[in-house]
Amino acid sequence: MIADIIIGGLINGSVYALLAIGFSLIFGAARIVNLAHTAFYMVASYCIYFATHKMGIHPVLAMLVAIILVTLIGLICYKLFINPIREHEAAVLIATIALAMAMQEIMLLIFTGDFLSVPSLASGYLKIIGVKIAYQQLLTIGLALLILAGVWTLLKKTRLGLAIRSTADDREVANLMGMNESRVAMITMGVSVGLAAFAGAVVVPLAVVNPHMWMHPLIMMLAVVVLGGLGSLKGSFIGAYILGFAESLVVFLIPMGAFLKGSVALSIMILVLLIRPEGLFGVAFEEER
Amino acid sequence: MRRFRFVATVLLVACLVMAVGFPAWAAKTIKIGVIGPMNFMQGKGHWNGATMAAEEINARGGLWVGKKKMKVELVKADSNEFLSITDATNAMELLLTRHKVDFLVGGFRTEAVLAMQDIAMDYKKIFIGCGAAHPELCTRVAEDYKRYKYWFRGTPFNSKYLVKTCFIHMATVGAILKRALNIPKVKVAIVAEKAVWVDPMIAAAKGFIPKMGMEVVGVWRPSAVATDVTAELSAIQRSGAHMIFTTFSSSVGIPFARQAGELKIPAAQVGINVEAQKDGFWEATQGMGNYVMTMNTYARGVETNDLTGPFVNRYIERFGEVPTYTADTYQVIIYNLAPVIEEAETLDADKLVAIIENREYVGPGGKVKYMKDAEGRHLHDLTWGPGYLTSLGVQWQDGKLKGVWPNRWKPSKDAPEITYRGIVPYKIAPWIIQEYKK
Repeated sequence: MIADIIIGGLINGSVYALLAIGFSLIFGAARIVNLAHTAFYMVASYCIYFATHKMGIHPVLAMLVAIILVTLIGLICYKLFINPIREHEAAVLIATIALAMAMQEIMLLIFTGDFLSVPSLASGYLKIIGVKIAYQQLLTIGLALLILAGVWTLLKKTRLGLAIRSTADDREVANLMGMNESRVAMITMGVSVGLAAFAGAVVVPLAVVNPHMWMHPLIMMLAVVVLGGLGSLKGSFIGAYILGFAESLVVFLIPMGAFLKGSVALSIMILVLLIRPEGLFGVAFEEER
Repeated sequence: MRRFRFVATVLLVACLVMAVGFPAWAAKTIKIGVIGPMNFMQGKGHWNGATMAAEEINARGGLWVGKKKMKVELVKADSNEFLSITDATNAMELLLTRHKVDFLVGGFRTEAVLAMQDIAMDYKKIFIGCGAAHPELCTRVAEDYKRYKYWFRGTPFNSKYLVKTCFIHMATVGAILKRALNIPKVKVAIVAEKAVWVDPMIAAAKGFIPKMGMEVVGVWRPSAVATDVTAELSAIQRSGAHMIFTTFSSSVGIPFARQAGELKIPAAQVGINVEAQKDGFWEATQGMGNYVMTMNTYARGVETNDLTGPFVNRYIERFGEVPTYTADTYQVIIYNLAPVIEEAETLDADKLVAIIENREYVGPGGKVKYMKDAEGRHLHDLTWGPGYLTSLGVQWQDGKLKGVWPNRWKPSKDAPEITYRGIVPYKIAPWIIQEYKK
């Protein structure tokens, strides 16, 4: 059973990590709480469904197209709805949740509420210590690690990463040093939405495509980033796996209460916040900056 | 001037009252409110069934209400009940106050239908439920007849009989597994979504499965909208279950079937999986839902009686898919409401109730008779059993949804065997055979 719990936790955690990293990036760099983050993930899922089922495009190509398209949509949304009110955090919260609901209603109008799905990139399963794991799930774990490494490299090893970190550290000084802060924020938004779309592309074969599929991940993603420390990529990654393992534990230890797995994960977040209000890595991240 | 203003105001108010009230006093149609989650397949079924019924009635000129022939007008209301019970009650209020409907059909989620039922009863309008299965909806009729007598169950039969039918399906599949795979005692995992309608079914299953000579190895209750159930599936496989008794009415039925198929979990799925009743299930599970068995009302090529085939074929022709049970709004309007209105020669709800509750009729789904409870009180619930409604057991076999039950079913020792036209044998998934065949 321990093997089941570990593997189940790794799978859940990887899905949450994929979503939380993009969200955490835009908050850490531009102080934008983008509540429409998982709605972009939902739109990417529908794009992939449409491309594979209605246009007959190969799933990998469909995923690439979806990531590009959703990133463009994200940038347009940023320019039209977020950038003008960026200075007002409460307004950004309201605008992004409204944006998410608008996207939900548009998808509902186009595709109705039918539960849809897209094919796996790799079908079949592997048996590890007696536990069956679908190849698609293994792919998700691998890609989550790869993406984290990629984002880490982008931030630490590139000029763009330096610019992002600088503007995150002190917007005014970055401006005085000749950096176009607004442009950096927009690029960061693009990367963040691209990551949401990428998460959609990887996770969608494991999920059921429907217009409300963004809600539960949003709650879990918020729990992950708050638990890990707002804006901390390391915190988001570790927080995702903590909640993933918590969910897995609930299913195995209280099968009758399997539906409580989300609630238990959120309770853990509250418990950690009571002890450490800034989250697990909140302060560490501030110091790093 | 003041006097003129007063007269003008009175005239304006009078005009407004007339404009708002006009549809009511000038009504020449019988208005039927069709309420359901219209963006989901359950609501689409409600609407499609009702549309077919209205088209058929209107094609023959309408219904005789006394000496007047009246056409049927449908009013669509999206209850959005999967997401918000408040939306459902608002939609119901709108149907009754704004559209002033004469009858109501539809509803799906018990939690929402209980609330909608109260509103319909406040307005003393006949509401025929076509989706919710909880017995409480009908127990209310027996306990407070004066208030709840306008409620009738249209489909499905209540969860007590749903679970009874599931037990028969489980016994049938259990016997096949035992015989084919030499399994001495079949182990059953109960997997039920977290919803009110399922609660009485779990209690019944835990008590009755051991009496059928099988063993319950555990109960798992994922969220009704869970998208990942691999942890549950791993735990089920660890438990050594040969059969999974599923009770899903929501989206969780898709990932459960898909992931179980992908991971080749060696346990036969039997029970209720509403998503598996749809034609789109095969695509939604990417073909991984093969060999899933579920209770159902209709299937291509399966005929409960002579009315089933023509209805199913016309429905497929009109909407391009097999009707699910919520499409029984058709049966409810054509075979129940319409003849009763013509017989009573009125739209008066009290007079119609008296006829409906004592009437038997045959529709495409089977013979309908409203039950009474042990004390002889009207329940307005559906009679289950041979000769009445039994439903079907259907199984996905290589991309096609086939009827597999009743197949030589003997309801009692001395009763004759029952097999509906078009039924085929149940198939065991190859990976289950591979796992257990010695």
